[in-house]
Amino acid sequence: MSAPSPVELDEPVTDDLTQLSTPWVTIVWNDPVNLMSYVTFVFTNYFGYPREKAEKLMLEVHNDGRSVVSTGSREEMERDVQAMHEYGLWATMQKADAP
Amino acid sequence: MSGFTRHRKSGAAVTTFTAFEADLLRSLAAQLIELLRNESATEDIASDSLEDLLDFTGPTREPEDPVLARLFPTAYPEDEEAAAEFRRYTEADLRNGKAAGAATVIDTLEEAGLPVEPEDGLFIDIELDQPTALTWMRSFTDMRLAIATRLGIEDGDEEIWYSLPDDDPRAQVHDIYDWVGYLQETLVQAVSR
Repeated sequence: MSAPSPVELDEPVTDDLTQLSTPWVTIVWNDPVNLMSYVTFVFTNYFGYPREKAEKLMLEVHNDGRSVVSTGSREEMERDVQAMHEYGLWATMQKADAP
Repeated sequence: MSGFTRHRKSGAAVTTFTAFEADLLRSLAAQLIELLRNESATEDIASDSLEDLLDFTGPTREPEDPVLARLFPTAYPEDEEAAAEFRRYTEADLRNGKAAGAATVIDTLEEAGLPVEPEDGLFIDIELDQPTALTWMRSFTDMRLAIATRLGIEDGDEEIWYSLPDDDPRAQVHDIYDWVGYLQETLVQAVSR
């Protein structure tokens, strides 16, 4: 995950600004049910990722238990999480800088 | 038992089910629809505030049924309020979408000639275009998630299931789970280029 780009300001960064500049991420979690081929298919079909990237993300889910599959605004990530739930994948979202 | 293959000319995903297989699939889809409509998507109220009581657009709490909880996961694990809002605005649509998908599976089977009470020796030829194949795939996933949650399937526990005696109902349900997985796998291959 890339860190949010630094904001250069004379004044201290307020909470509001931090909120605006911090992207959100969609995380897909491993589950014992979904097939590796299907998860790869979903990543190519929904996100339009090339096969190699989709397989890399699928293997992260499989081996590490989770993978960040998309990054963007909160609204965009809500759309992605809902779409993942339509496909039956276990997805959550959080701020990119959250642990 | 045969899985899906890709039809060379049309690109459609095709397979042939026995009457028993097609009937079983229809029954799984029907059960899924029943489950999705079972626990009302609108009954939960988060608090007694006037605002919440007057807002019956959607549920805010995780469903009690573990299958439904798996089909509609909590989107914000660390933020209860945001999770409730997300659920309020998405769960009803998700439920309707999954029920509509299962209904498509039933319609496809019946349009392909599956009668209400199928007789032995009947074969059902299925041909799915790309959008319908996608709907079937999602519905296969929902069926497998439902069965896996009911059985308590976990990663790497295959030995347990295969060592059950044949007459154990759990072994039979697990066989169905495997079969739907096989259909899913072959359908993914059939639509992937």
